[in-house]
Amino acid sequence: MSETRYTKSHEWIRIDGDNATVGITAFAAEALGDVVYVEVPAAGKALAKGKEAAVVESVKAASEVYSPVTGTVTEGNQALADDPALVNKDATGDGWFFKLTLADTSELADLLDQAAYDALVAESH
Amino acid sequence: MSAVPTDTSLKRVPLHDLHAELGAKFVPFAGYEMPVQYKLGVLGEHLHTRTKAGLFDVSHMGQLRLRGANPAAALETLVPGDIQALKPWRTRYTLLTNDQGGVLDDLMVTNLEDHLFLIVNAATKDADIAHLKIHLAGQATVEPLPDRALLALQGPAAASVLSRIAPSVAAMAFMTAADVSFDGIECFVTRSGYTGEDGYEISVPGMQAERFARMLLAHEEVAAIGLGARDSLRLEAGLCLYGHDIDETTTVIEADLAWAVGKRRRTEGGFPGAAIIQRQLVEGAPRRRVGILPEGKAPAREHTEIRIGDGSAGQSNPEPGTKKIGEITSGGFGPSQGGPVAMGYVDAEYAAVGTAITLVVRGVARPAQVVALPFVPHRYFRG
Repeated sequence: MSETRYTKSHEWIRIDGDNATVGITAFAAEALGDVVYVEVPAAGKALAKGKEAAVVESVKAASEVYSPVTGTVTEGNQALADDPALVNKDATGDGWFFKLTLADTSELADLLDQAAYDALVAESH
Repeated sequence: MSAVPTDTSLKRVPLHDLHAELGAKFVPFAGYEMPVQYKLGVLGEHLHTRTKAGLFDVSHMGQLRLRGANPAAALETLVPGDIQALKPWRTRYTLLTNDQGGVLDDLMVTNLEDHLFLIVNAATKDADIAHLKIHLAGQATVEPLPDRALLALQGPAAASVLSRIAPSVAAMAFMTAADVSFDGIECFVTRSGYTGEDGYEISVPGMQAERFARMLLAHEEVAAIGLGARDSLRLEAGLCLYGHDIDETTTVIEADLAWAVGKRRRTEGGFPGAAIIQRQLVEGAPRRRVGILPEGKAPAREHTEIRIGDGSAGQSNPEPGTKKIGEITSGGFGPSQGGPVAMGYVDAEYAAVGTAITLVVRGVARPAQVVALPFVPHRYFRG
């Protein structure tokens, strides 16, 4: 059974045991506008919780994507290189950024659940 | 990812409520709350302007009249353009220079026979007005027009749309001006713009701006376009953005704007920084603004460092990508180009079209090339 958690910086993480998939939320994708370029980390890269993990660029600007947890990348989404618009079309599905193996599952306690994230988004409107 | 802060001290343009109704996202820009994009999004708005017609609200820009016995001669003491040769109802691009030959602002000047009409940048308008008043005291008076809105209609369908309301605008050539009545709204129109496309800029009384804008938006070819697409359109067109591509530290010649220095003015001088500009016209400038085409898909943004060499070692390039030769001043994704586009300054010896350069994007050296501007050919209506 997988479950999804969120960060205050608008990343989502879908957790399945020690493995997880990370992307940016539909709210973040909408705020960015048309995504024209994405840079994802390569397999094997060590990521630290809250540190820069990927880059997403709209016509207007480049934004950093932070890793919600500490871990090691197992796969970057290569489909985003050819079709960065996937982030806008399906932010929580085909528009995922990277998969990683968690170093410390206790870090998940710091993340927001669906209700807490929805409240954060409601505040931003 | 972070949110854009809101600021309640921002000024609003006359069309603010219409922008909100059209679903605009607002951003602070030069002290104004301005629409950066609408529902179409920056990409869609950019492409719409290149294929149909985009309506831009640029009412934050400064509009002013310069009056006096000979306002053209007066203005020439502050700009390198040949303003006295500007024929009635013609418009010219020129620059307010400083004593170092740098640029205080770039502006459009139109000869309206008994006075000059000036359009200046939003962020610099207060400083420009003060500068003109101080330096032209006794020669010309400056009359700001804060109650006028300024709209731009740009794109291949602009002429057919606007001439459906007022047929006379169809025959106007690029960089000419006319007083035109649109269903009783008295406007001042120039055939000009900031997208590289054919189009018009229309100065309209603020009180009537909304009725005029709605009149244009009623045509199916017309969509409201925000500042986001305005920036990507002008970048593809190779046009400078003040405060980024040109400023007080970039000389007119470094900025590759020598074409804006009138032939008579090159010999006569008589404008701030003339000695430096005249010398650089003869000897060349130490650095030059150039077009930059990054290879691959990664955009290279403003302040990206430019190094010499293509990043690969070889006999002709013993130290690949180690020597800094300049910086990008405008860069991003060009929707019509379908990839990254940029402009920036490089040391003069590397300014030739075709020069292989390296851009340092987030610490990674990426190959790029010096290219001719514009990226997208201009489509002005020459008459």
